[in-house]
Amino acid sequence: MSANTALAEKYRNNFLKEIEEQVEMGDWVKMCMQCGVCSGSCPTNFQSAWEHPPQELFMMIRAGKREEVLTTTSMWNCTSCYNCIVRCPRKLPITHIMHGIAEYAHRIGKAPKMQATRFFSGLFWKNATKTGRVNELKLSMGLYFKDGFAQGVKNGMAMQSVALGLVKAGRLNVMELFGGHKCKDQKGIQAMLKKAYEIERSRKAAKMAG
Amino acid sequence: MTEHVATNETILVVGGGISGMTAALEAAETGKNVVLVEKNPALGGRTSQLYRYFPKLCHPTCGLEINLRRLKGNPRVRVVTLAEVTGIEGSTGNYTASIKVKPRYVNESCTACGDCGRAVETMVDDPFNYNLGQHKAAFLPNAMAYPQRYVLDPAIIGTADADRAKAACKYGAIDLDMKEETIQVKAGAVVWATGWQPYDAAKIQPYGYGRFKNVITSVEFERLADIHGPTGGKILRPSDGKEAKNIAFIQCAGSRDENHLRHCSRICCMASLKQTHYVREKYPEDGKSTIYYIDIRAIDRFEDFYQKVQADPSVSFIKSKVAKVTEDEHGNPVCHGVDTEGYKRYTTPHDLVVLAVGMEPSVKGINIPGHIVADSSGFIEADPANGAVFGAGCASNALDVNRAVQSATAAALRAIQVVNKVAKAEA
Repeated sequence: MSANTALAEKYRNNFLKEIEEQVEMGDWVKMCMQCGVCSGSCPTNFQSAWEHPPQELFMMIRAGKREEVLTTTSMWNCTSCYNCIVRCPRKLPITHIMHGIAEYAHRIGKAPKMQATRFFSGLFWKNATKTGRVNELKLSMGLYFKDGFAQGVKNGMAMQSVALGLVKAGRLNVMELFGGHKCKDQKGIQAMLKKAYEIERSRKAAKMAG
Repeated sequence: MTEHVATNETILVVGGGISGMTAALEAAETGKNVVLVEKNPALGGRTSQLYRYFPKLCHPTCGLEINLRRLKGNPRVRVVTLAEVTGIEGSTGNYTASIKVKPRYVNESCTACGDCGRAVETMVDDPFNYNLGQHKAAFLPNAMAYPQRYVLDPAIIGTADADRAKAACKYGAIDLDMKEETIQVKAGAVVWATGWQPYDAAKIQPYGYGRFKNVITSVEFERLADIHGPTGGKILRPSDGKEAKNIAFIQCAGSRDENHLRHCSRICCMASLKQTHYVREKYPEDGKSTIYYIDIRAIDRFEDFYQKVQADPSVSFIKSKVAKVTEDEHGNPVCHGVDTEGYKRYTTPHDLVVLAVGMEPSVKGINIPGHIVADSSGFIEADPANGAVFGAGCASNALDVNRAVQSATAAALRAIQVVNKVAKAEA
């Protein structure tokens, strides 16, 4: 049984409880009074990207719309501008809840696979933890080629002049493509991350079982 | 208004608004001696600054007039205006209050003829109109002021204007040598009826109050609608004096907000519903009201009032707390937000935005022995630890006039019981 089915079974017909127990800051969701200030204050809502603004997501959670909430791209579009947190009359940590729901959807394998933010987050994490330093060239290349080789070349061509400018200004080193710079104690970083993973795993396993 | 010596059987009522007047009168009419202390030069408080009351939309002058008539006919109430209680010492049945009395510079001989007002040239801000307009520095606080006596603004004392006022007075009523004094008053019980103040709307930064001239508060809107107000009862917007026909009301401006006032101020929904009547009254053809709300709380039995406003085609309701207000190139305030019924973003310009500001207690944390138990918003709780200091009206909760009067009557009854006990012990 996948993590998703197990959890769906465990919290059958009580999605709010699932969010409260499994999602970081999820216990705040019930405090929402549906005033709409978060949605009105959200800068991303000027684009079409937001399927569901925060307070609609909160209402959907209460209404038990598990599938819709976990598979939507909405919370992945949060830019962490914190407008909603500042203005929320109930002081809900809305930004953090958005990230919490996104992380949970990712953890149980419900998050939309090719959603750009999710994809980039994974890419960035792998990139940064490998050597302890972010390899920006590889990072942007990885993002360009997200939707296949042809699209990647297209994206690269579109950004050509910017890249050349960066190279000329000494802000981009083409040699970074081969290996790239590293931090001094690479082993130390890996050991630290290993320990952190261990702690996180046991904590989340306890949560899922609990 | 006979002078009487305050004793332990006296009831001290602090605040001369509708609650304080009611408490004082209820107590006095049972035969108790009452000292009624008011900070302003006239009684009536915030009630006298309203254009109309809900739900019957009658003028507050009516309710106040009845109380003033009772007051004039009752020798047991001693009214002290321009006075503030600075401290209370003692305990149940035996309090001594220190009261700072500011000079009025006008004595009892004043007939309110208005000659001093005409003689004086200096203009000062008019707090009765929430500083929307100015008045002469020798003034009658409002048309039905009690006591019906002029006041000299301290700003003109020592100037030629003060001398002009004195020279103009035929009755020798102007006394420029009056000084601030502090008096001590004994009392067996205290009714604390210091009322409320509108929440400082400038603190609600996204709404632009103070930055945009055409964003005003609900209390200021009352003054605009009032025939005695700064615009003579015309709803004109402050920036350019244009008729404001398309008016937005933003509910919960400060209330129900952990960043501002934690409590629901209870009256603002009814106040805005009432104010849509003003818009229709002034502009029956093309007046338009839009109420932005979280949920309408038509307290008490006023659901029918709400339903009548809902049925009015000139009023629209948008279920949304406005996220922010901006200003367009014509000086129109623009409301931004998301309508939570359908999750549609709106950007709507209006002629005028009225913030339904919340109520907060006027006086918080006054120096009273035994300390007063207040809730997290600063309203006085009914608690034995308060001794014989009883909160009344909006000092005890966010209340409308009707409930404030009920609360004041209850406080008067508690105070009466205390002084009755004192009287028995002394007999």
